[in-house]
Amino acid sequence: MIENKKYSRRYNFAFIDESTKKEIRRKLLKAVAIPGYQVPYSSPEMPISRGWGTGGLHVTLAIIGREDVFKIIDQGSDASVNACNLREFVESMTGCKTTYDTREATIIQTRHRITEEVLEDHQIFVFQVPQPEPLRGVERYEYKTRLMHGEADYAKMWVSLYESFVQHGDIMLGAGYPVKVNGRYIMAPSPIPRWDVPNLNHARTLYLFGAGREKRLYAVPPHTTVEPLEFEDVLFKIEKFGLPCAKTGYRKAFLDELFLDDGSKEYVINDSNFMDKMELGMDVQQFVNPYLQKIVE
Amino acid sequence: MSTLLEVRNLTKIYGEPGEHTLERTGPRAGTNICPDTEAIVACANVSFDLYPGEVLGIVGESGSGKSTVVKLLYFDMERTLGSAWLKPYLDGHSDILDASGQQKRYIRNYLMGMVYQNPRDGLNFRFTSGGNIAEKLIMAGHMHVGKIRERASFLLDRTEVPVRRMDDLPSSFSGGMQQRVQIAKAIANNPPLLFLDEVTTGLDVSVQARVLDLIRELQQELGIAMIVVSHDLSVIRMLTDRTLVMKHGRIVESGLTDQILQDPQHAYTQLLVSSLL
Repeated sequence: MIENKKYSRRYNFAFIDESTKKEIRRKLLKAVAIPGYQVPYSSPEMPISRGWGTGGLHVTLAIIGREDVFKIIDQGSDASVNACNLREFVESMTGCKTTYDTREATIIQTRHRITEEVLEDHQIFVFQVPQPEPLRGVERYEYKTRLMHGEADYAKMWVSLYESFVQHGDIMLGAGYPVKVNGRYIMAPSPIPRWDVPNLNHARTLYLFGAGREKRLYAVPPHTTVEPLEFEDVLFKIEKFGLPCAKTGYRKAFLDELFLDDGSKEYVINDSNFMDKMELGMDVQQFVNPYLQKIVE
Repeated sequence: MSTLLEVRNLTKIYGEPGEHTLERTGPRAGTNICPDTEAIVACANVSFDLYPGEVLGIVGESGSGKSTVVKLLYFDMERTLGSAWLKPYLDGHSDILDASGQQKRYIRNYLMGMVYQNPRDGLNFRFTSGGNIAEKLIMAGHMHVGKIRERASFLLDRTEVPVRRMDDLPSSFSGGMQQRVQIAKAIANNPPLLFLDEVTTGLDVSVQARVLDLIRELQQELGIAMIVVSHDLSVIRMLTDRTLVMKHGRIVESGLTDQILQDPQHAYTQLLVSSLL
């Protein structure tokens, strides 16, 4: 019998074949070179459906090496279904070490949150993005939104903020608040809460965004200006919770609202690793931004 | 006096023009479809000057190319041939039809206004009337909601739209009100040049009269130069100083409005004037 060594291992390292990974890395370089610009890419077939984190997975698998330590969170939690499945997948496809510890990880993939703990320059932060086009809500045609980006024609986006203010007395965008990157492109920061938006600005880490279903990659390089859209008299605000975390009594973290059996509600810290560290009394370095500093402990 | 807008040889042809397309179309040929190549000549060799504060009328029947002329000048379409110079843009040294997309948007937002026949072309019906005016102001760099609303309510008041309807969608307005919101939007940034494309068509007579009154008042008050496109000679007579008569995509006659209406020279103009009710 002829032995075929080529197929003795069932998959390539990190699942995707090398030439496709190279293509994704090339597109990532372009994305980093033009902060906030959406770069089209191949979005290869994955063993999960598009829209379930494939974009983030493509980015992670294209950049991961054998030495990397991988962490993945879903809405702040290391333990939710999406995070667990993707962690197991990356682990079995790469053999890399995985962790819950934000400090230890070198690549962190996320669904809809940035960690409370500050990210360092040796770390790469990968977002799973469902809708990369910030202008989709005001313009449904792709060729027109591309033209609008190309000419920096963002009046429609601003009018939609104006309309929101006029009709509801405030800008009613909870997650995915549009930001202007490097003074040029308007970007959808994936649906992270407004709480996390200031942490994109002049960060030390590299932020990469992958939208698998929409086949787009984009990036915010370290130390890049990221400003949320605001009028001179209607300003961007982060979420207010009123109550502190029920477990730690902490106020300066994004909180989850929990309803108890008796109908009352309480809040707990959304970032599971951050809460664990708080409860253990460990020293945690948080992101510093002017919005957080205004919160009275 | 120096010209505000200078237009030379403005031409728009749909399809592939042949060697003799321009000769074999036009009023003398009685068609604007080229018999050789079937290219459609929407307008050809349109040249005119417009002076600051002047109101120019373009009159002609359906399909004569009059709307095409203003749409080309407002960059809604790409011209085939021709040039146009606008005094406030680089002191008239650069052909505005050659400008980049970004420059064209600047010219549209700062130096021009357009009122379309159908308010759905000029207004975004998903935005409130105030939001529509805000769009124009935001494009010109206003970023203060309070000031934007102040200016919008001033403009709506000026165009006789009840200010309390500022935060309503234009789809809930009557046709005449929609048209007045469109006018408010068009003049939001005090442009030196305003295009009016069949603004009163489709409105009933009393509303027509009020819209025309408003346009005339604004013109006298703000001294905006206007190009008024209409097939309706009474609109032309009421608003304009000078008139171009177009047929099959060419200018067949031009001159002072009074003169053209009193003493039409071209056979087609005579027909137009004599068929005035």
